Amino acid sequence: MSVGFVMLVHTALDRAEQVARHWARHDCPVVIHVDRKVKRRDHNAFVEALSDLENVRFSPRFSCEWGTWSLVKASQAASELLLKDFSKVRHVFLASGSCLPLRPVQELKDYLADRPMTNFIESVTTEDVPWTVGGLDEERFTLRFPFSWKRQRRLFDAYVRLQRRLKVNRKIPEGLVPHLGSQWWCLTRQTLTAILEDPDRPTYDKYFSKVWIPDESYYQTLVRLYSTNIESRSLTLSKFDFQGKPHIFYDDHMQLLRRSDCFVARKIWPNANKLYDGFLSENAAIMTGAEPNPGKIDRIFSRAVERRTKGRPGLYMQSRFPNDGWENGLTSAPYAVFEGFSELFEDFEDWLARMVGARVHGHLFAPDRVEFAGGQSVFAGALSDSATLRDYRPEAFLTSLIWNTRGERQCFQYSPRDTQGIGWLIAKDANATISVISGAWAVPLFYSNANFSDIRKEAARLQKIEAEHLAALRSFYAKARVRIWTLADFVENPMEPLQTVIDELGNRTSHRLTEAPRMVSLEGFGQFLQNLKNQGMHPHLMGDFPMSNTVERNQKKPRKPYLVN
Amino acid sequence: MGFVRSYQLRWVRKRWRIRALRKRRELSAVVDRTATIKPDDILVMSTLRNERVRLPFFLTYYRNLGVNHFIFVDNNSDDGSREYLAEQDDVSVWTTRASYKRARFGVDWLNWLARKHAHNHWVLTVDPDEFFIYPFSDTRNLRALTDWLNASSIKSFGAMLLDMYPKGTLDAQPYTEGQNPFEIACWFDAGNYMISKNPRFGNLWIQGGPRARAFFPDNPARAPALNKIPLVKWNRAYTYVSSTHNLLPRGLNLVYDEWGGEKASGILLHAKFLSTFADKAEEELERRQHYAASHEYRAYAEKLKDNPDLWCNWSEKYINWRQLEILGLMSKGNWA
Repeated sequence: MSVGFVMLVHTALDRAEQVARHWARHDCPVVIHVDRKVKRRDHNAFVEALSDLENVRFSPRFSCEWGTWSLVKASQAASELLLKDFSKVRHVFLASGSCLPLRPVQELKDYLADRPMTNFIESVTTEDVPWTVGGLDEERFTLRFPFSWKRQRRLFDAYVRLQRRLKVNRKIPEGLVPHLGSQWWCLTRQTLTAILEDPDRPTYDKYFSKVWIPDESYYQTLVRLYSTNIESRSLTLSKFDFQGKPHIFYDDHMQLLRRSDCFVARKIWPNANKLYDGFLSENAAIMTGAEPNPGKIDRIFSRAVERRTKGRPGLYMQSRFPNDGWENGLTSAPYAVFEGFSELFEDFEDWLARMVGARVHGHLFAPDRVEFAGGQSVFAGALSDSATLRDYRPEAFLTSLIWNTRGERQCFQYSPRDTQGIGWLIAKDANATISVISGAWAVPLFYSNANFSDIRKEAARLQKIEAEHLAALRSFYAKARVRIWTLADFVENPMEPLQTVIDELGNRTSHRLTEAPRMVSLEGFGQFLQNLKNQGMHPHLMGDFPMSNTVERNQKKPRKPYLVN
Repeated sequence: MGFVRSYQLRWVRKRWRIRALRKRRELSAVVDRTATIKPDDILVMSTLRNERVRLPFFLTYYRNLGVNHFIFVDNNSDDGSREYLAEQDDVSVWTTRASYKRARFGVDWLNWLARKHAHNHWVLTVDPDEFFIYPFSDTRNLRALTDWLNASSIKSFGAMLLDMYPKGTLDAQPYTEGQNPFEIACWFDAGNYMISKNPRFGNLWIQGGPRARAFFPDNPARAPALNKIPLVKWNRAYTYVSSTHNLLPRGLNLVYDEWGGEKASGILLHAKFLSTFADKAEEELERRQHYAASHEYRAYAEKLKDNPDLWCNWSEKYINWRQLEILGLMSKGNWA
């Protein structure tokens, strides 16, 4: 016999019995500590159930509570008993009642026999530990913790605050360098007896009894005094979530656990029948001889923690509804907004759809209906084209659309004529690329057949809306990639901005644009603007649009598509 | 939350508790097997009226999930629902002829029964057409979930209502007793939900789905609420406020994360849109016993005249909980 087990048990006694029996039957002595809080009747039944095994003992019972010294006391007493009663034990393995051996006992014995002097205990200095519960790491060792974190949280917190204010700094006993690590270890007889029989033990015990969570630091610190042969890892596979609570294994983890090649795992859900039946059965004894490899399980659990703490960016749902500023990405994927392009070009949407590999919508926020690509009445995720439904929660409409179409870039047109609910959302969204031809909203007015006084009124309204929108785009809060051209600048040389825009979206064909969209004729537009001015309205967003048709001179054939190369 | 607000809500809660106490007189026990409830048992609570054809599948579904005892309030059924339930060994039934509406749509009755029989139990409060799905529900039973919630000190678990519908008109595929309703109604809307926060109770208010799309496109504010908190580790001091949409104390409504993360959540698959729906809608409209002057049922009746097809090109076909998780309708949170 080379390895003996110390088992700390407080619930699910039937499972603990099964596991203890498994080890004992494979010639490994087991000393069990049953929490004093377990009812006498249950305890007696448990002891009775294991009474047929001569190499199972029960150690003196302590009342145990998470994070307190009682757990160390329990393991000390049980270890002493094990070392005394079973002199042939070379390694002592500390386990809990919810541990489950994953590999044949013989394999563990062989593994330890090959490493007779090695202590398997995770033991790292406080600076290197990322897991801290309650924001305490070094203070675990320098403050006193007489109150229970679980039951007396207020007292606990108040006493910590008080000590911080009083600048309490406990002296760490001479020679000790605080180390932390998983409380599940496997130590050699030599090392463990050195710890338990040290003449200074009363001093150490007294000190550690006021440290917080001493079961994660007592052996981990003291082992450094007596042994240099330390493998700083636990043989027990045990994962913790973001609150410091162990992850639980279920039946559906079977394959994962098998492939991990770890010797023991915790914590197992007591009703995981398949796991208990599978791993404790004799025919599961496939010898692999492999080194433990918990990598895959690590990944699954760290992904779970990430989902809980960071979530999926751009997703708004029943259990993720971030406060302002905590979205970690307002939307889930990049998208492009075009303002003024479909006013200036006759066939902009079709042209854009030909040029880039993206879904090109019309004015998604048009006042009468949602102009989904292809004129569909319903779109991805069953979004309806009803304008009332959209305007009820316009931001949700946009974030849903982007979420529903993950994997496909979305483009849409936007103008001051549209419902304005999303202005700030797109301005603040780092996923948005917004290209604006400011003042282009005047072009449809120029072509409209309305009374001039109405046109003037409408122009003033649209200009006001666009000015506000541009202020948002230029504001301190804006995170979107924004490009703004005035109408005058844009028509002077339309190819260059179009090229930039297309390049950003990822050109579908070649590097240079070979085809441009058809621009509407702007002949007389300068005069139109002048008329607005004469009526007392000041159209300023178009830039310096020349009164005479100097622009037109550059574009002699405005109605024909032109080629550049 | 300020002291004043919290004090006000305390009185709101007390008021609903007293109301539940008053409304208990309306209930009379048909079969009371609550003495057989063991300390760890998981309970299902439900009110119903004339749901006989749905009950066999409902009971089987939840028994398979690991529910130990059912508590029903029968609101004057005349189709044999009450008698059928009374025969089941794991069911306790109360019956009443009183007004559903004046019991605040059954909430008062359930609050009373929960207070009396569900203290310290995990209770799942669902309608007979709601089927609870949660992360890993295909491999782990309900007790795995409640054990995990206990270990995580979580007292309430949210599950959004997901309206399921068939392809084609509702009456095309008749539903038969004992059948899985999602063999017929296996389609849903994946991504047209709208959320806002209820400032008073702190819960989210979710609307959308096929009901908003088909029945309320012109009046979205009226679209029914889809947010639900059906699973609660009950304490006798708790009360449901408005259906299972929210509870008091309001901390129980915080089933969502506000700092960017995702909490674990489930889904209630809603098998409302079956062949049984048209009759039901008509009956309910006549009774005038539903929320907000039965506005919802009037909208249904209006649309049902044209025998609508809720299905569209972008409808999603239901596969399993993992699909719903990927679509972002529910989340595993940190349960792995």
